[in-house]
Amino acid sequence: MQKKISSIPFSGTPEQEAKLKEVISNHKDDPGAVMPVLQQAQDIYGYLPIEVQTMIAEGLNVPLEEVYGVSTFYSQFALSPKGKYNISVCLGTACYVKGSGLLLDELTKELGIGAEECTLDGQFSLTACRCIGACGLAPVLTVNDDVYGRLVPEQIAGIIEKYRA
Amino acid sequence: MYRSNVLVCGGTGCTSSNSQAIIAKLREEIAARGLEEEINVVQTGCFGLCALGPIMIVYPEGSFYSKVEVEDIPEIVEEHLVKGNVVKRLLYQETVKGDEVVGLNETAFYSKQQRLALRNCGVINPERIDEYIAMDGYSALAKVLTEMKPEDVVNEILESGLRGRGGGGFPTGRKWSFAAAQKSDEKYVCCNADEGDPGAFMDRSVLEGDPHAVLEAMAIAGYAIGASQGYIYVRAEYPIAVKRLQIAIDQAHEYGLLGDNIFGTGFKFDIQLRLGAGAFVCGEETALITSIEGNRGEPRPRPPFPAVKGLYQKPTILNNVETYANICQIILNGAKWFSSIGTEKSKGTKVFALGGKIEHTGLVEVPMGTTLREIVEEIGGGVPDGKKFKAAQTGGPSGGCIPADHLDVPIDYDNLIAIGSMMGSGGLIVMDETTCMVDIAKFFLEFTVDESCGKCTPCRIGTKRLLEMLEQITNGNGTLELLDEMEKLCYYIKDNALCGLGQTAPNPVLSTLKFFRDEYVAHVVDKKCPAGVCKALLTLSIDPDKCKGCTMCARVCPAGAISGTVKNPHTIDTTKCVKCGACIEKCKFGAISKK
Repeated sequence: MQKKISSIPFSGTPEQEAKLKEVISNHKDDPGAVMPVLQQAQDIYGYLPIEVQTMIAEGLNVPLEEVYGVSTFYSQFALSPKGKYNISVCLGTACYVKGSGLLLDELTKELGIGAEECTLDGQFSLTACRCIGACGLAPVLTVNDDVYGRLVPEQIAGIIEKYRA
Repeated sequence: MYRSNVLVCGGTGCTSSNSQAIIAKLREEIAARGLEEEINVVQTGCFGLCALGPIMIVYPEGSFYSKVEVEDIPEIVEEHLVKGNVVKRLLYQETVKGDEVVGLNETAFYSKQQRLALRNCGVINPERIDEYIAMDGYSALAKVLTEMKPEDVVNEILESGLRGRGGGGFPTGRKWSFAAAQKSDEKYVCCNADEGDPGAFMDRSVLEGDPHAVLEAMAIAGYAIGASQGYIYVRAEYPIAVKRLQIAIDQAHEYGLLGDNIFGTGFKFDIQLRLGAGAFVCGEETALITSIEGNRGEPRPRPPFPAVKGLYQKPTILNNVETYANICQIILNGAKWFSSIGTEKSKGTKVFALGGKIEHTGLVEVPMGTTLREIVEEIGGGVPDGKKFKAAQTGGPSGGCIPADHLDVPIDYDNLIAIGSMMGSGGLIVMDETTCMVDIAKFFLEFTVDESCGKCTPCRIGTKRLLEMLEQITNGNGTLELLDEMEKLCYYIKDNALCGLGQTAPNPVLSTLKFFRDEYVAHVVDKKCPAGVCKALLTLSIDPDKCKGCTMCARVCPAGAISGTVKNPHTIDTTKCVKCGACIEKCKFGAISKK
């Protein structure tokens, strides 16, 4: 998948940096530390800007291209920030045959952004995700940790409205 | 002792439909009546009938409540748990036969199932090791460590005929015997819990509902091959499974069932979790191993096989979650018992994740050799809304679509391959007449193009070209020659790709070309999509009998494609029409249709 790289300037806080340094020092001597460190870094910053990847590369003493290679390989690693509410639409097979593609189209129409993008006000971001395993509720989407199932496109506007403060 | 046990499903499906709030409300209502000492509320793993979630069972009666809402709880507590009157209205209606309430095993969904891998799912609380131990948990490990030699264990698994449940179907015992035969200072036992096949969720249910079964089996494998370290590679998208696995590992440590000197035998075994980060190719064994090592999850050529040189270049066995879930049962009941279930070459049971256009979405576990028809029509309850069954898709992006005339094939590894699909991890998606098979092939190719790791050319470039050809067809630019060219490319990719992902990627195209060629022909010759899915091939038309000539459609059409006079039927000029559908939305008489 082509990853969208953020053009929004990086604004990390000293607290975040301290946390990251601690994570790095905890994993420094582990074999295969790059993935777990990237995962925890994403928890700290919400995404993985190049500045954070550079800190990880230097901290773990591995080449930056290796870190970048891993961060671009796995779909979970985000190189651009997520909105306050991240909407992800399941495009697993069970959801797809029940019309989750239409849900994504409707969201794109409603929010004016495509998949893997974030609205300008930083409120919403949209992701097309892999099967989340809630096939019994297909088609499914999640807004942060809330799960909405058995949806039809007409319900999309109402769901977005709930989060639009 | 409690007089009643209320089991509420805490699997992902039911949690998504709010079972946590139901548990909270139950506890609150029970506490309000001071019945905490009498009634026990247990959060369990998946019951399988996800379509009817959230699910709740009350024992000793075995009353099966389905689609429970928080508002129903006070009534159930007051009527059922206090007064002893089952609230029939809220039961799963298949368990209500007139005045009688029958057991779950008499319902169509459960009667044909045989639950081995899922035996504890929906029965025990997965977050309490004592409940697992009460179900014979860790007695297989005790038996192995105190009564069996490592080679006996390998032989038992070999004789059972167990084959890998992750897709390929390689005999598990053979894998173990290769690794056992290697001389090395360190060996590893890995568990593939990177369930990437979209639409398959049995591994997640086992991890969520019975995590200790996997830990115990891995320890047994460790003893059999001479390893002391295990890794479980689990998808980060499964937060509940990750949490319960960690709880299970910690509890096993506390009880001395993992760690040093297990059962006082001097055997030492430990397990670590590794979180995947979303890459389908990591389901391939060499890619998974590379990913545990912390790299891009790219596969490497075999040989050397992981059993010889795997994780950190040491002998490694890698089995799937469902495979492990069978191990303890084989040890306890014997290889003979296990091999008496199933078909000649595929022993035991298989869990399928039924999804798509089917009444009873959920997890079903049936003996190998059960026919697709039994699964789809009897257990699954058939296709809803009176629609016609078109195909069943098995094996995910590596599998194929099986048409109605092959429904009576007994399912096992070899039969599925013979009809151009594969077992895969057990996703079974049902499609009806409104599903376009060309579109489905395109859907899977989009998936593999996205997930191709890029290491080998046949997969990286081949699947991309294949996808472009499919796009040409769904856009109405296909030709009959293109179909032949596509088929040729499919075989080229199959023969030349490095790993299982690439070698099986063309299967969705090949199987739909084989069984649904007429749909492809309709797309390329008639430029029609019979299922009405491919937008570029649809045409809009106005039914002159229904049209009242209100002119609404003509006014809303952005392309000026609709003409007609007031009170007379209108017509659409299909050469101008952009198929936006604005007219359909505006028409009050339902006169405009898209076909």
